[in-house]
Amino acid sequence: MITLNINNKNYNVDVDPETPLLWVLRDTLGLVGTKYGCGMAQCGACTVHLNGQAVRSCVTRVSSIAGKKVVTIEGLSEKNDHPLQKAWLELDVPQCGYCQGGQIMSAAVLLRENKNPTEKDIDNAMVGNICRCGTYLRIRKAIQLAAELQRKGG
Amino acid sequence: MKFNENYFLPLKTVTVLIILFSVIAFMSFGFKNDFTTVRGKNDLIRDSVESVKAFKDVYKVLMSPRCMNCHPAGDVPLQDDNSRLHDMFPQRGQDGKGLYAMKCSNCHQPTNMEGLNTPPGNPNWHLPPANMKMVFQGRTANQLAKQLVNPKTNGNKTLQKLIEHADDGLVKAAWDPGEGRTVPPMSHEEFKKAWITWIKFGAYAPGSK
Repeated sequence: MITLNINNKNYNVDVDPETPLLWVLRDTLGLVGTKYGCGMAQCGACTVHLNGQAVRSCVTRVSSIAGKKVVTIEGLSEKNDHPLQKAWLELDVPQCGYCQGGQIMSAAVLLRENKNPTEKDIDNAMVGNICRCGTYLRIRKAIQLAAELQRKGG
Repeated sequence: MKFNENYFLPLKTVTVLIILFSVIAFMSFGFKNDFTTVRGKNDLIRDSVESVKAFKDVYKVLMSPRCMNCHPAGDVPLQDDNSRLHDMFPQRGQDGKGLYAMKCSNCHQPTNMEGLNTPPGNPNWHLPPANMKMVFQGRTANQLAKQLVNPKTNGNKTLQKLIEHADDGLVKAAWDPGEGRTVPPMSHEEFKKAWITWIKFGAYAPGSK
């Protein structure tokens, strides 16, 4: 039995310690906002925060995260009012939506570490998150809007 | 008055011999660091031939993909056996550990993952930092040897620290690269022997041609 802290809640899960976190989130705990894309850390759809860092949950073994804090897209904000979520809605960013949870989780780390990112900063931060619908330009605009909202306190 | 010429013969001989020995001594001094074997400071045994010979093996390893891929000329690491730019173009960052949502450890776990094309793992995965990039890619053997022994370009390492670096965990990870990746062209044991030989015999750089 492994105890995991996910979105500020403790879960005891009976899984093989080698199981990637993504499978535990989706199949064991039913937290399906985090998506399976490639299974080898190549696409970013499975991005979650582990102690504040944007890790790829498809290659993160649960044995390595005991005692650490995991945040998924479901736990990014209590009322879905993170500046990024507001900006995403405002600019109607998603098309199919499959990659968007991972996109937002990566962008959240960028905005925490850089309150006023340039386009280059955004590209450097988001280059590991692939969108097959090609919503990259809206994603970049939404991150700029979110940065502005964040600076204004909201 | 007539001088007896034979009287000065020994003097001439001695003078010639003194000049000859002086020239030999001067040349010996000049070439001491290059061609003779002497014991110097820190138990270094200076022998440029043995040192350069060992560095040939060292160079083969350092320029293999497992070593060079994390010592790129640019700010994006290299990947795979053909040393292409790393997928997704992650950036070096100031500390060599990546940027924002693209930090090395976001994908590279403490240990290798099973399966082809999964990220290789190490708890200390990183590039050299931005203020001392320690580039291997594109360096000649002469350039790389000089770079490796200079504390201003080798990560502030003394020769003793360089010797110890052969057993660094990330260095040794080159011989456990995960499925589908080639290992350096000799064993770690052979590499370490060549590395130490190169340093112990004076850490000489091969000729620049």
